[in-house]
Formats: sequence, structure tokens, C-alpha cells
Amino acid sequence: MTIYIKNEIDLKRGYKTMDWKEDVKEMVYQGRIKVPYTWSVGEVGSRFFIELRDKKKIWGDKCPRCGTVFVPPRKVCSKCYSNIGEWVEVGTKGTLLTFTVVRYKNNLQSRDAPFAYGIIKLDGADTGLLHLLGEVDLEQINIGMRVEAVFGEDRKGEILDIKYFRPLKEA
Amino acid sequence: MERVGIIGVGQTKYEREKRETFGEMVYEVVKKALDDAGITIEDIDNVVTVSNDFWDGRTISCMAVADASGAYGKDTSTVEGDGAFGALYGLMRVLSGAYNNTLVVAHCKGSESYSSAITNAAFDPIYERILGIDAITSSALQAKRYMTKYLLNEEQFAKVSVKNHKNAKNNPFAQLPLDITVDDVLNSRMLSDPIKLLDASPISDGAAAIILSAERQAKEVSQNPVWIKGVGYCSDAYRIGDRDLAEPNSLRRAAKDAYKMASIENPLKEIDVAEVYDAFSYQELLWMEGLNFCRSGEGGKLIDEGVTEMGGELPVNPSGGVISAHPVLVAGLTRIIEAVLQIRGDAEKRQVPNAEIALAHGINGMCGQSHCVWLLGK
Ligand SMILES: [Zn+2]
Repeated sequence: MTIYIKNEIDLKRGYKTMDWKEDVKEMVYQGRIKVPYTWSVGEVGSRFFIELRDKKKIWGDKCPRCGTVFVPPRKVCSKCYSNIGEWVEVGTKGTLLTFTVVRYKNNLQSRDAPFAYGIIKLDGADTGLLHLLGEVDLEQINIGMRVEAVFGEDRKGEILDIKYFRPLKEA
Repeated sequence: MERVGIIGVGQTKYEREKRETFGEMVYEVVKKALDDAGITIEDIDNVVTVSNDFWDGRTISCMAVADASGAYGKDTSTVEGDGAFGALYGLMRVLSGAYNNTLVVAHCKGSESYSSAITNAAFDPIYERILGIDAITSSALQAKRYMTKYLLNEEQFAKVSVKNHKNAKNNPFAQLPLDITVDDVLNSRMLSDPIKLLDASPISDGAAAIILSAERQAKEVSQNPVWIKGVGYCSDAYRIGDRDLAEPNSLRRAAKDAYKMASIENPLKEIDVAEVYDAFSYQELLWMEGLNFCRSGEGGKLIDEGVTEMGGELPVNPSGGVISAHPVLVAGLTRIIEAVLQIRGDAEKRQVPNAEIALAHGINGMCGQSHCVWLLGK
């Protein structure tokens, strides 16, 4: 499976297909690799996901040395290499740092195109969180937009416990 | 530091769905590089292969090309990453004094698997992968951030695509030589805003090889070594949310180190030609900023003013660049090969007249997490 449709490439990208090639196939061998993994989410990941699942709260952690607040949390500061021990709750609201509207489909995407990804800087955090945008007019998204997390009903302790972020209707 | 030269280069034609197997592609380019250097495989005492298990669909993918790369009975090791970093490792081996003629060879067949799944797997499996993010959509996030922060427009990105596909017409190894207009790019199918089909590099198969040699050896075997004048490399944060995607900070650092080593003070004036990793059209402009060819936010001005055209002050990607052929892992090594050909005066129809100093650039990781900058000269 590819993102390109073959005919489209033929037309737009100048591929030349000789006629006889239409009727023959290269000899190929179809692989069947499918390897399951079970990744530990680790100590900080566990706490992050438990808060998300049980309380619909988003927690980050703060570097004691440079003060950077990371979401998702991590054990060691990537900026100054200090151990991080201080947990801080960040907002479920935030500001959109960037976004894209996805127009092609593939079977990895968690929803059907068109849909939008965004990187959201949650209030109180210093890093951006990659997630989906929802309940939004795809042609009206802009950088700097205020958004809020929408939590799922049936939460499992994973990043999609936040269904998506939607535009915040501020009072 | 002892001078190190590149004494031989070889590359395949880049195509989608090449019939040759990995091993056949590797043999082809190694043989070409040896012939180019005028030596035989017996003169090579160590081999660096560049491959990735996900792309190849087999674990320890390097070992499967040991025979094709002539590594039997020799020391061989592997870099899993862009070929520009494979070359860097080769350079370090030569500089260690323990190795003499060093072969670096990279291969990839993007067409044999499912690119989106492989680039998705580069993201954090716990926090990001399930969202379905891949190379195209993450780069779209970067392009959007960049154009919004610095007020660039999609026409400027399109001009890069037009220029590089046109340049590809002069390169017999390029996959997509095209006569297209800015409107063709703007009207091509939207993949992920603002990236359209003709802003994106193709899925490609191919291989490339270079041979590195310390001055003590290089002069014996080759009439015409191209010397490595400077190298710089630097990495940024893994998560794209940890970075301001409009600021190529690791490239700035890599370029600064390479320029210092090569005693370059004014890169735009002193460098004659550059081959950079434009996996998407916007990247060429963003990397121009990171390479200090212009100030932050002024990448669009360079393309508007024709600075980077053939015949401009600094021709960028005379080969057609990565947007005209994108064998992953190979593409950075291809940039080095193209820079070598420019310095030797062997770039034929894509030759920049009197090129004395050439820059080559490779990237690793999503949205240019890490960069490797090479300066080559006579
Ligand atoms: Zn810190």
C-alpha cells in the first residue's frame, strides 16, 4: 500500500510505462512479518496514564535545575540532564503550536481523513504534546488557537484516553 | 589532523521498484566506486555498511550485504541512519589511524515496503505512534509552524520543487526529472497541509558508495582525491513536541562546527555549491537558514531572488536533490557523492563552473532531529 496512486504518478511525475509491462509482473516474494511488542510505559508513564485514566488530569514533571516542565513527563531532563522528581499538574487547556489537516488515508491513522493533528502547549507546560484535533472546522484552525482536551468515556490508561483537543469556547 | 580524501564514488540510478536485489545494488555501487578510485577490493581494509532493519525487513540487515560489499575477511560494521553519518563513521575510522582505505556503502528499497508504517514506527510507541503520525504528517506540522512563524508562503515552497525537478533533468541518476510550474505544484493533490504531492519526495530504491582514504594512502592510489575540509554534526530533542520546529538548532550547531573546521567565515560567499536534504520542498529553505546562508526566516528570499538556482550565487541541489530521488539512508551519501563530482569537475550537465568548495548535508530522525554537514574541496 502506498500513498500514491499509480496512475497519478504516471501523469504528474512523468513515469513512462511501456505497453508490454502492463501485462507482466515482476517476480516477487510477499513477506509476512508481524512481530508483537509489549512495551513497559515505565514509572513516570504509569503515573501519567493512571492520572489520565482515573481522574482525567494531565500531569507533567518539572526539572529541579532548569525549571522546564515536560509533558509527557520523563525521568531525566533532556536539556540539562538532571533527574526529575517533582510532579506538576498542567492544564487540560492549551495553545496550538502548529497543526496539519491530513488529506490522505492509510490504515495506521486512528481516524478517517480528512482530520487534523496538532502540537499543543498545555497551560503550565514548556513542551508541546502531539495529538489529534476534533470538533473543529478543518478550514478554520489556526496557530495560537486555544484548545481543550476532550476525554473518552471508556479510558484504558493510554494516550487516546484524551480523544482529541477541541477549540476552547472561552467565556 | 591528517587530511582525509574521498578517492572513489558510485551510485545507482534511483528508481521506484528497481528489479535489482539489495545485494545487487550494493555490488553495483561498490564496483563503480572501486573502478572510480582505480583500486580493487583487496585494497579496502574495512567496510562500513548503512542499512535499517525496518526498511530491509530483516534483522541485522547489514550482514546480508557483507558479501556484496566485499567485506568477507575484513573488518565490517554498520551505521543505522543516514549515509552522511555512515561516512562520518568511516572518516573517524580512517582518522583513528587503525584503518586505511575505507568503503562506505548504503542501500535502501523504499518501494518494497510501506513507507508510512516504517516512518510511523520512528515515533514513540507509547505516546505518539497510535495517532498514526508519519514522515509526511510530521513534516507538515513543521512546514506549517515554519511558514506561520516567519510568514513564508506555499508559492515559495513550490519554487523549490520546480527548481530541483528541473535540475534533475541534468542528472542521469535522478528519479524525477520534471518540467513543472509553480501552479502544477500548487494544484497537485494535497497530502497534509501545506504539503502537496509535488512538495514531497518520491519513494525510491537505490544504493551509493564512497571510498575514504587518509592522505598517506590517497595520493598513492588516486590522481584526484577530493579533500574533506570540515565536518559538523549535532542532534536535537527526539520528540517533535520538545522542539520549536521552525528553528533548526542542531543544524546551526553542525554547520558552525563544520565552518570553523574549514575556516569558512561567510558561507554564502565562500561555498560554491550545496547539496542539501530536501525531503520536502520547505526543508531546503529551512536548512538554508540552519546552514547560515541567510538569517532566520529569510529562506524564502533566497528562492525568490534566484540565489539558489543554477547560475545563482549559490546553486543548491544541482542534482535535483532529495525531492527528485529519495532512497532513505542513501540520500545523504548521495549528497556527498554529488559534492565530490562538483569539486572534481565531473558533474557533467549539472556542473557548477569552477566549484572549489562544496557543501553536502544529511539528516537523521524526524523533522531534522540531527544533521551532518560536510565541506569538500580541492
Ligand atoms: Zn533541566
